[in-house]
Amino acid sequence: MSAIPSDDFAFLSNLLKRRSGLVLTPDKLYLVESRLMPIARKEGLADIAALISKLRQPGSETLQRAVTDAMTTNESLFFRDKTPFEHFEKVIVPSLLPSRPQKRLRVWCAAASTGQEPYSLVLTMAEKAAQFPGLSLDILGTDICAEVIARAQAGIYSQFEVQRGLPIQMLVKYFTKEGDNWRLKENIRQQVKYKLFNLLESLSALGQFDVVFCRNVLIYFDRDTKADIITRIAKILPEDGYLILGAAETVVGLTVPFQPHPTAKGLYVKAAAAALTPPAKVAAG
Amino acid sequence: MKHCLVVDDSRVIRKVARKILEELSFDISEAEDGRIALDACRQKMPDAILLDWNMPNMSGIEFLRALRKEAGGEHPIVVFCTTENDMDRISEALSAGANEYIMKPFDRDIIEAKFTEAGLV
Ligand SMILES: C[S@@+](CC[C@H](N)C(=O)[O-])C[C@H]1O[C@@H](n2cnc3c(N)ncnc32)[C@H](O)[C@@H]1O
Repeated sequence: MSAIPSDDFAFLSNLLKRRSGLVLTPDKLYLVESRLMPIARKEGLADIAALISKLRQPGSETLQRAVTDAMTTNESLFFRDKTPFEHFEKVIVPSLLPSRPQKRLRVWCAAASTGQEPYSLVLTMAEKAAQFPGLSLDILGTDICAEVIARAQAGIYSQFEVQRGLPIQMLVKYFTKEGDNWRLKENIRQQVKYKLFNLLESLSALGQFDVVFCRNVLIYFDRDTKADIITRIAKILPEDGYLILGAAETVVGLTVPFQPHPTAKGLYVKAAAAALTPPAKVAAG
Repeated sequence: MKHCLVVDDSRVIRKVARKILEELSFDISEAEDGRIALDACRQKMPDAILLDWNMPNMSGIEFLRALRKEAGGEHPIVVFCTTENDMDRISEALSAGANEYIMKPFDRDIIEAKFTEAGLV
């Protein structure tokens, strides 16, 4: 394998951990080569070692950001795992609407990548519009990586991307063909707002949400980072709010104020307020 | 085991599709154009049909229209698999009774995703 001196590897993994939460284990060394060599070349540098030594110099903020972005895994697909979108329409929306007189739900896709996840929510509800008259979804998609946010905003997908998870009827109904690519129609695109946002930062600027999708991003972080992010998400969700994690993720085993939904897999609800507060001391007399 | 008829004039494509679909536990038979496929369906209706568009003798769309008029011809789940990738063509296929639509080139992931979409996997 490539020879990255161990102190260089340590420097790089610290940088990534601090900037994005990513835990870079030695078995991911091959990713370092393939993801960072293009950046090194663009900088006119011979190899990864030269890139890292440039990263160590003061004033390398832009380069650090480029390296952090390049190390993110942005894989996504329409209706990934299917059930979260079924749960959204069958469990989440019906349970929240009665207590939302404005019929307005705020949803946050916390690692939206190229937009398939938030757009799948829009498409799910577009298909069910008749069932939920007056419902308005206010969806925010965020990601740490500027390039994927730009792609999400454009709503343009390759032939390959529209063939994984997206039923053909939806392609015909909601997309137009642009050259070799497929673009979501304006009325769908405009239902999602996008913003560059790092999950390690304070969430308070984002406001309150009813539902948070935080899927397939925590897997890259260590336990403490996961628990910290989930705990902070709890603070921007009301008592009846929902958290949705990826198929390979769970709150089980983490000390966080959520518990699995009793029936809907992948859905998490706030742990009963009672379970959180320490048992009250019985005041004598 | 579900039976899938693979209809394509290219032997190579039929072979690739057969391999992928066999891995998905389908029983496969092949036809090299629409006419042969229609004869095969009259013998025994498959559960699924993977269908090319442009073929000699009888095209995929002609085959599909004929199939849907046959006794039992409404049953097979038909998945087009073609280089035709214009919106008009896709709409035409859907109104002729196609259940799903794959734009070539395809790979294992796409076949699996589309067959799942069509309720076959
Ligand atoms: C595998 S994608 C998940 C996309 C989508 N949620 C899904 O499940 O298909 C993970 C995304 O998390 C983003 N990400 C990684 N670290 C992040 C951080 N600290 N803050 C915000 N987003 C981050 C990456 O840029 C990447 O686009």
